[in-house]
Amino acid sequence: MTETTDTAAPAKVPRRTAAPPRGGPRRPAPPRGTLLRRLTPWLFLAAPLALLITFTYVPVGNMVYYSFTDWDGVSPDRSLTGFDNYVQIATRPELFRVFFVSLYYLAASAVQIVIALYFATVLSWNLRFRNLFKGILFFPYLVNGVAIGFVFLYFFQDGGTLDSILAWFGTGSDRAWLGDPASANTSLAGVSVWRFTGLNFVLFLGAIQSIPAELYEAAELDGATRWQQFRHIIAPGIRPVVGLSVILAISGSLSVFEIPYIMTGGATGTTTFVIQTVKLAFQFNKTGLASAAAVVLLLIILLVTWIQRRITPDERVDLV
Amino acid sequence: MTAPLPVRRSRLAPALTYLSLVAASLVVLVPLAVVFLTSLKTSREVAEGGALSPPENWLNFANYATAFTDGKMLSAFGNTAFILLFSITGTVLIGSMTAYAVDRFDFRAKRPVMALFLVATLVPGVTTQVATFQVVNGFGLFNSLWAPVLLYMGTDIVSVYVFLQFIRGIPVSLDEAARLDGANALTVYWRIILPLLKPAVATVVIIKGITVYNDFYIPFLYMPSEELGTISTALFRFKGPFGAHWEHISAGTILVIVPTLVVFLFLQRYIYNGFARGATK
Repeated sequence: MTETTDTAAPAKVPRRTAAPPRGGPRRPAPPRGTLLRRLTPWLFLAAPLALLITFTYVPVGNMVYYSFTDWDGVSPDRSLTGFDNYVQIATRPELFRVFFVSLYYLAASAVQIVIALYFATVLSWNLRFRNLFKGILFFPYLVNGVAIGFVFLYFFQDGGTLDSILAWFGTGSDRAWLGDPASANTSLAGVSVWRFTGLNFVLFLGAIQSIPAELYEAAELDGATRWQQFRHIIAPGIRPVVGLSVILAISGSLSVFEIPYIMTGGATGTTTFVIQTVKLAFQFNKTGLASAAAVVLLLIILLVTWIQRRITPDERVDLV
Repeated sequence: MTAPLPVRRSRLAPALTYLSLVAASLVVLVPLAVVFLTSLKTSREVAEGGALSPPENWLNFANYATAFTDGKMLSAFGNTAFILLFSITGTVLIGSMTAYAVDRFDFRAKRPVMALFLVATLVPGVTTQVATFQVVNGFGLFNSLWAPVLLYMGTDIVSVYVFLQFIRGIPVSLDEAARLDGANALTVYWRIILPLLKPAVATVVIIKGITVYNDFYIPFLYMPSEELGTISTALFRFKGPFGAHWEHISAGTILVIVPTLVVFLFLQRYIYNGFARGATK
């Protein structure tokens, strides 16, 4: 999702700019009718484009249309209601409140990025058991979400893993971790940190290891400390990846669904924006309102992406 | 991954570094280990003992049998395998065909076509399901295994990019040589490009495989009927009938995690690179 995808658009593939040897079109195929030749790429693109349009563009278009109606998703008739759904989202506090839940996940994402950055830096040095630690830190990202939900339901339940560990340390707590909104959301956000830190960590590690080693050697010779090396070599070198992670973090925090839905079903104030949208659409048959909510979410995510691209144009930091 | 960097010597730092690594490893492993212990306990042990106590019999696999049969895990693994097979095959073909058409041909609509794929990356699938549901329902695919297959195939832009990146490194002279020998575009794609794309195929298979195996949202929305459970939805249904039978829920959870663990141990290197490549595109 970085700017590179734009600049690397296949429209300008450098190695193609050289004129082909015969000076004619690039394809040396014997001309078997220009029509067929012009159709060839479309034969390959037909299925991909059909799927792309059917499952991405048609739904987006329909969603925008539904959002201006009072459709229930079932009945044959629907009437246009203008901006009524959007007004409801903006004015009914119970529809609006779910955005505050995202703040927990946003805070969690910040924690996640810091932790991932620390471990990626540490494990880019030569340590014993390096691969073992790397594997352990990354593994949670690969685990099935429902399984994670159950693992942590047991973790947080009364007398479960967490309580038992705390009892070992002599701080026997008798609180229901998923019992009140603040504590439940914090717990769920914690699960999200456990689950996703590994991905950020692997991305950062890859970026750090693609920095040329002679830079470190030069810094060593100049007597730079570890911190200075991090500050002046690693940090600038991985800025693009961190930028990407921030984007993923923000859009991820807005579209949290799995963990809270599986663990609490959205009870005790843990309903997220997507859980609410799904319930509106598939439980209460308010397709129109749910579509408006989804459009709002989509617009926010597009806005965030756009802002990020404004702020951090994908500058390839040249250290050498 | 490149070779690790040279190590620097200081005294206190390594100890603290290892301490932090061990602490993080415990945070990752303890919750999983406890669930594994629980899966080996009898219901009496779960009720009476603490969460961290070891099971009396380390070879008590009775809960696994119960979870596997009563939780309909066999059909869940079957359904998941079916969806995996078709959606991965489809994704590989769709992604590589798109990359081939866009990279190897010059046609006027090339830029708009790429723009279509680009813009689609900005639309998170989570947001559009409200309307996608109506499309799937319109095709009469609600409550069929084909709904997730088509959705996984049709909304995977990442794989298109992985193939595009890779196909650029395959010299055009190969295509041209084959063309001179009278091969048509389809033959070139099938006989030359696709075999040479093997590393990209491996990347896509891994990313897609793990994503599909773990996905909950789509099967949950589109396949509510019980015999169409995938491993995610079948496991999710443990919440009801098994109530507070943590020994069964834990066994089901471990059953779902084990295949992931095995695949991870065998394909570690490819998995890291695959996700790093897939996410940064």
